[in-house]
Amino acid sequence: MDVIITGLLLGGTYALIAMGLNLQYGMARIMNLANGEMLVAGGFVAFWLWTGSQISPLLTAFIVAPIAFLMNWLIYMVFLRPLVKRARSRGQLEVDSILTTFGLSFVAVGLMLALFGGDYFSYSYLSTPLNILGDTYGANRVAAFLAAVVICGLLWLWLSRSRTGMTIRAISVAPDSARLVGIDVRRTAALAFALGGAVTATGGTLISTFLTLDASTGVIFTLKALVIVIMGGVGDVRGTIVAALLLGLLETFVARLIDPGLTLAAAYLLFVVILLFRPQGLFGRPTT
Amino acid sequence: MSRLSARDWRNLVLVAMALGVTACLPWTAGAYMLSIGVTIAMYTVLATSWSLFSGPTHYISLATAAFFGVGTYVTGIGIQYLPYWTLLPIAGIIGAVMAALVGLATLRLSGVYFVIFTLGLAEFVRQIITWGQNISGTKGIYVLTSIGETHIYWQLLGLAALVWLLGWLIGRSRLGFALRIIGDDEAVARHSGIDTARAKILLFMVPGAVAAITGAILAPRYVYIEPSLAFSPMLSFQVVIMALLGGTGRLWGPLVGVIPFTFLWEAISVSFPNQTTLLLGVCFLVIVYLLPKGFVGLIDAAKKRMGAEGYA
Repeated sequence: MDVIITGLLLGGTYALIAMGLNLQYGMARIMNLANGEMLVAGGFVAFWLWTGSQISPLLTAFIVAPIAFLMNWLIYMVFLRPLVKRARSRGQLEVDSILTTFGLSFVAVGLMLALFGGDYFSYSYLSTPLNILGDTYGANRVAAFLAAVVICGLLWLWLSRSRTGMTIRAISVAPDSARLVGIDVRRTAALAFALGGAVTATGGTLISTFLTLDASTGVIFTLKALVIVIMGGVGDVRGTIVAALLLGLLETFVARLIDPGLTLAAAYLLFVVILLFRPQGLFGRPTT
Repeated sequence: MSRLSARDWRNLVLVAMALGVTACLPWTAGAYMLSIGVTIAMYTVLATSWSLFSGPTHYISLATAAFFGVGTYVTGIGIQYLPYWTLLPIAGIIGAVMAALVGLATLRLSGVYFVIFTLGLAEFVRQIITWGQNISGTKGIYVLTSIGETHIYWQLLGLAALVWLLGWLIGRSRLGFALRIIGDDEAVARHSGIDTARAKILLFMVPGAVAAITGAILAPRYVYIEPSLAFSPMLSFQVVIMALLGGTGRLWGPLVGVIPFTFLWEAISVSFPNQTTLLLGVCFLVIVYLLPKGFVGLIDAAKKRMGAEGYA
């Protein structure tokens, strides 16, 4: 029972991170491999503000989100816009954006190593026990989970109800037709990309309350987020949430029952199964 | 297959002569130059075999470190039971089978899945081996052999010759033709009756096998093998950078990237040992924005300009 709850708590935070990546890959059509570094940066800021001036990570999220939004918007404008312009096909853009975001991710890791050093960093925030259904859990995990649920919910409402959300979904489904109905695809893509970065950084702030991070762990989170996005279906918000919870459960199971060093291997196994049997995602319809 | 033209014969002889000259390096150079020679030979083999697959298909493979690590482990474990010379083919077969499995899972789908899968492959294998070691209670492995730097260098040169020969043969074969069509337009390739997944999987087995053999050859150089060393993800990225820097359109393209990059990297690791990651990132960006076709692209463009002037 406690394995299931721990898994769900972890999965909730994963959902937030994967949602960020889904906005960038599913909507803005940029495979952002520097996504995990944005997460670690969010965690760094939380660590820094908490150890420096005792600012709660839950408040830090409100500082991190707008900064990350602006940074990602700039990254899109400076680095990715020229690639979108010069790409002749979707495949070309994919190759270019993969290489570029790889470069950016290395630059980010290098900068963070220079700024903070290569040590692991963690801090104890809200590490009081909390009793749920007879077992105890860290209050920080529960708080992070609740925050993630609220953010995911708001995001989902915004995407499905608001006009801007609808334009974002439109460019995800049919970027060419979206132009015909008067949507500024480039501006909307930049918006989706920036928003995705902000969501991921916020996820990083939350996850840093209970996980130990270091400057080079970003790529692991990028991978997990990618597995979740593909499992849930690219551009599918509901699928992402279900897939994230599944991954959280599986990882906790493997860590508890077999070996804590195998969490990525577990994610990988799930990835293989998905690729073999449902490459279109959990709720996706098969395409030709 | 068509018959060899006079030009083909000339190129073959030239390559053979160049290889013969480079094979003399151990007698003329000091220990430091020889170790650089080994590094260059290793990256030439890896980058050339990498671009055999990734050049025509445009699929970026980041699995080099995974195959390489498996190869070093084949030598590390096998050397206690089998003679050394049997280990290289075994490593090659294991690498090829692994590549085929990866290909079966991902190459039937769009390219992004392949990139993501290969990105995590090294880490995945590393976790499995670490876990296996935890269970069996062993830590690292000592590889104690009498094989020195000189022999490693010659083996790598031989492998490089093999890779070039293979690449040249593939280029002349039906498979190579099919791959060029796939690279140009996959839909066209499918409609003209090419089994695109099969062609890609077959081709991906080449870098898989070659990287595993390279790992097996280099294992004696490390002496002590442990997972974090054998599966260092940096290797995959360096191979990608070198191949793209040189250009993947020609067989000799990666070589043009490997040589300057090895010296550049040597200088970087000496002068800025703490900023290597940052500078690697900068290299990636430089390639994408300034050298999208690599040095080969620059050379071709220069040739074209000269040719145009000549006719004008």
